[in-house]
Amino acid sequence: MVRKLMEGSEFVAETVRLCKPDVVSAYPITPQTHIVENLAKLAADGKIKSKFLEVESEFSAISSVVGAVAAGSRAFTATSSQGLALMHEVLFAASGMRLPIVMVIANRALSAPINIWNDHSDTMAERDSGWIQLYCETVQETVDTLIQAYKIAEDKRVLLPIMVCMDGFILTHTIEPADLPDEKDVDEFLPKYNPTHAVLDPERPMTLGPFAYPEPYFDLKKEFEEAMENSKEIISEVNEEFAKKFNRKYGNGLVEEYKNDKKIAIVAMGSVCGTLREVVDKRKDTGLVKLKCYRPFPKEELIKAFKGKKTVIVLEKAVAYGLDSGPIFAEIRDVLYSLKEKPKVIGIIAGLGGVDVKIKQVNKVIDNSKKMKDGEVVWMKT
Amino acid sequence: MKKSESKVSTGGVIKEPGSSKVVKTGAWRNFRPVVTDKCIGCGTCVMFCPEGCIKIVDKKAKIDYDYCKGCLICVVECPVKAIEKKQEEK
Repeated sequence: MVRKLMEGSEFVAETVRLCKPDVVSAYPITPQTHIVENLAKLAADGKIKSKFLEVESEFSAISSVVGAVAAGSRAFTATSSQGLALMHEVLFAASGMRLPIVMVIANRALSAPINIWNDHSDTMAERDSGWIQLYCETVQETVDTLIQAYKIAEDKRVLLPIMVCMDGFILTHTIEPADLPDEKDVDEFLPKYNPTHAVLDPERPMTLGPFAYPEPYFDLKKEFEEAMENSKEIISEVNEEFAKKFNRKYGNGLVEEYKNDKKIAIVAMGSVCGTLREVVDKRKDTGLVKLKCYRPFPKEELIKAFKGKKTVIVLEKAVAYGLDSGPIFAEIRDVLYSLKEKPKVIGIIAGLGGVDVKIKQVNKVIDNSKKMKDGEVVWMKT
Repeated sequence: MKKSESKVSTGGVIKEPGSSKVVKTGAWRNFRPVVTDKCIGCGTCVMFCPEGCIKIVDKKAKIDYDYCKGCLICVVECPVKAIEKKQEEK
């Protein structure tokens, strides 16, 4: 293991090198650009053996990756915001065919108005695309999650594509010290992808993504949801296995609790959890519940984390327009509905389009939360 | 861990080739292209048929009505106007 000081995007590129994909295909878009730049450099210098495809759009990037994985290889792509939106149609094809693609998302706001800074509106718009979504708090967590993602996706009990989400600029462009695992250790942890369910091979013809009549279509969708639910167990398992080998662990792989033995719990995803750790460190009444895995939604783990809470505050960087709240807020309230003693749930919409989330403002909302009604949503701005 | 009772394969993959033969798409047809005696057996229709269901047999075009969807591209492309369009009777 080597401790290095590099930009987040360079760490991602170096981690991709360690994961040894057969095909890398991506189209540059801010703030994901440096990931692709670094990968192109590694490919040009002969440091990765992957076939590097220079495509003309994100639609082609994801389509070529679908083709590569359908042919039985391991592939990597990365995108952001509008690029992810352009991939929309193919995302469903990839998950429906159960292709274990791993894609890094540098989270960025969606147009209009055009904005290049971080929020979660791009990945939230794809929350029902059938992709597993894992959100990272730090560059180190992104490195570790990326390695784990291939192992989870390619597990025969899962076979689902994964988005590894890192906050645009905040993580992609920050120079941060992190440990880059040794190649030998990653090789041991991550064996070669050996698919049997779907391989395009002229010797053994198969049809992928065929036409399905209503009844088999319905059955396939039900089976798909079961695979999603089952994947929680494997995500936790891989998190444990990773911890044994690399000595780093992120909660149970789904949810990470930090000083969560107090009356109030604040829930969030991604890099903002770093800020919230500062908040929680100085407060006697509030703990942090970091939602690492958003899809599949870890209902049981969240119920456990919220046990005995008076108030649950959900801070999120996305809006479910027409619902007057964020999507995570709505889902967490749904989870808590089954409890006998329901905590009060308060929503915070923050950081849209890259607005800074500041300790002072979070403290203000927590202070006011006693007076607030259940279901109230605050739009928090600098 | 849940396990589905359905018989679908993972990702709906079909592992046996030739499944497209099972569905006889000829049933979709509204108009039927019919080869007349004017046919010179040049094979232009064979090249144009998007379903690949025309063959030249004994120097005449022969259409496989099990799979011909009735797109009538052959009628348009025939250089000697030897293929006629007929209404399908249901």
